[in-house]
Amino acid sequence: MSNAQLEIQVIASLVAIACAIPGTFLVLRKMAMISDAISHSILPGIVIGFFITHDLNSPLLILLAALTGIITVVLVEYIQKTGLVKEDTAIGLVFPALFSIGVILIAKNANDVHLDVDAVLLGELAFAPFDRLIIGGTDVGPKSLWVVGTILLVTVALLFTFYKELKVSTFDKGLAASLGFSPAIIHYGLMSVSSVTTVGAFDAVGAILVVALMIAPAASAYLITKDLKKMLILAITFGVFSAIFGYWVAHWLDASISGSITTILGLVFLAVYLFAPEKGIIAVLYREKQQRTEVSLLTFLLHLKNHDDLSERHVKHLNEHINWQKVRSKTVLDLAQKNNMITIKNNIVSLTQKGDEFTSKAIDYIITNEDAQIEDMKDDFFLFRG
Amino acid sequence: MLGSFAVLRKQSLLGDAISHAALPGIAIAFLITGAKDTNTLLLGALVSGLIGTFWIRGIITKTHLKSDTALGLILSLFFGFGMLLLTFIQKQPNANQAGLDKYLFGQAATLVERDVWMMAIVTGICLIVMLTFWKEFKILLFDADYTKTLGFNTKTIDILITSFIVLAIVLGLQTVGVVLMSAMLLAPAAAARQWTNSLSVMVFLAAIFGAFSGVFGTAISATQNNLSTGPVIVLVASVFVVFSFVFSPSRGLLFKQIRFIKNRRDLELHKTLAFMYHIAESHENISHPHTVRLLNNFQGYTKSTLQKLVDKQYVELNGNMWNLTKKGFETAANLYTKQTTDDE
Repeated sequence: MSNAQLEIQVIASLVAIACAIPGTFLVLRKMAMISDAISHSILPGIVIGFFITHDLNSPLLILLAALTGIITVVLVEYIQKTGLVKEDTAIGLVFPALFSIGVILIAKNANDVHLDVDAVLLGELAFAPFDRLIIGGTDVGPKSLWVVGTILLVTVALLFTFYKELKVSTFDKGLAASLGFSPAIIHYGLMSVSSVTTVGAFDAVGAILVVALMIAPAASAYLITKDLKKMLILAITFGVFSAIFGYWVAHWLDASISGSITTILGLVFLAVYLFAPEKGIIAVLYREKQQRTEVSLLTFLLHLKNHDDLSERHVKHLNEHINWQKVRSKTVLDLAQKNNMITIKNNIVSLTQKGDEFTSKAIDYIITNEDAQIEDMKDDFFLFRG
Repeated sequence: MLGSFAVLRKQSLLGDAISHAALPGIAIAFLITGAKDTNTLLLGALVSGLIGTFWIRGIITKTHLKSDTALGLILSLFFGFGMLLLTFIQKQPNANQAGLDKYLFGQAATLVERDVWMMAIVTGICLIVMLTFWKEFKILLFDADYTKTLGFNTKTIDILITSFIVLAIVLGLQTVGVVLMSAMLLAPAAAARQWTNSLSVMVFLAAIFGAFSGVFGTAISATQNNLSTGPVIVLVASVFVVFSFVFSPSRGLLFKQIRFIKNRRDLELHKTLAFMYHIAESHENISHPHTVRLLNNFQGYTKSTLQKLVDKQYVELNGNMWNLTKKGFETAANLYTKQTTDDE
């Protein structure tokens, strides 16, 4: 592993951490698409900054770009406030317009300089180590390392200082306002941090990867935990893991680093999406199936309770009467038997005492509209779940 | 045109997500066929766009992640994957690979006659389908539950609309590119929405706005060198939107402001009149004169409101004294019980 490779991985990991922190809050505040808008609309800021300084590496560029990012947010909010269109439409209108201005500015004025849309949008991590920062003649490391590092430090410092405020205002705006934190200041503060992070990271990794690094780790973490602290840590872990693993995939495929990091992020999310213990698709489907069986069981028990006739309680008859498929009635019967709620003698089904008790309680809850209680009750009665 | 449906369904950013999600489709189609045939590439884009859309759906319905997160996620992940494939293709020894990235930013000038024909045909199909299922689309749009009770298969209609939006986006990709496609989808519809409340008029207007911004944008970019078509079209469309926001008669900002001011003036007028009424009420003769000083600002009194009341012959003014006329008294008496219309 050469020095340059190490540097690339360090930069990528730093960017991943710097993005994961604001990203978590964006996802929680349902503003994830804002990051996409910002990443596009910083283009005119960069272009204008370039015309003023004629230097792609000047800090003014980052400042102007961050400013355009904030302008985007303000514009979106203004349009949204007029009530003429929905928020998402407002986002969809603002950033293409700004982006177009940027593209046109480039096309008109910057033909002969090295500044093109691809470079801004896609970025190229592989060249990051070659852009060194020289202070007093000594080489102190790649420039983007310093830029991203500074941004990360500021972000982390802000996070620790305002952790409580951020947490409260994210989950309960009303409470935050009544406690005396201004939601507006926190909102714009967060937006500024996202803007600056986007801008600082984009020339290392490209705009699309910034969006992916902000949203994907946070979304994956959100599927696993509901604890904000754990979510932050998980998001950071996912980000760093994808950054380093993605680099080696790119190395192996000889393809774009930012692309492969994004792909790894996608795979991580897919895995979490499918296998997360409580919120994953498989868990959700399993739970849905379980609940369906249990509701069927309840219906079945109610039916038994209401009918004393032997003919009504015959196994065959139940099949026809409640109109269940054979497999399903067998599952339900088995479940009921396993839980000692029914006994079957000569194909005649009858409730046990426990089953009877369970059913009457369930009826009580259903009549009083406290359906949620049934879930607790199931815990008390069931030996086996559906 | 189809954008109208997207805007009204609050899925505006779907366009953005789909246009990004189409990229890996293009790359994979190229990897499989190895040729740069427009149709296969578009087919790939269509398929991956649809996969993206349905994955977004899945995330929203099956987990607690919100739609914005799902959109942003799919958008960036698919796009990143597409970039990976594109750079991978670039390393392959295949002379055909150049120009694939044209799909990213769009180049209307590269369109050949065959592409135009194809677009025309697809647009025609879209139109026919839309007209056939007009009622179903409309009802699903505004009241999904009602549609279900009527026995329509909402899922099928839903998939139909979504597929057509995806199709339209994929076709437009060639012209304006990934980033600007969402604006093409949204801007005309958002502009049209300001002018009307009727769906049919809105769709029609959106089509006209879209066509106009296309024509104007192309014309402007043709007059100058170095001006790519896509961004100019988008900017023209944005101008339409801003114009509509400000000047539309019923929803526009300008008229809203004017209405707001007018309402406030009416309110002040009514307040003054009501105050006068209460004073006059305590006297037997309603036309008994009082001094102007009795009125104060808090009751909405200003010189101009008093003058206006005089103009309307509700009040007579003699030097520093005023008195209500009979007409004014009656109007004031009715203020609380019914809204008078003749004092607008």
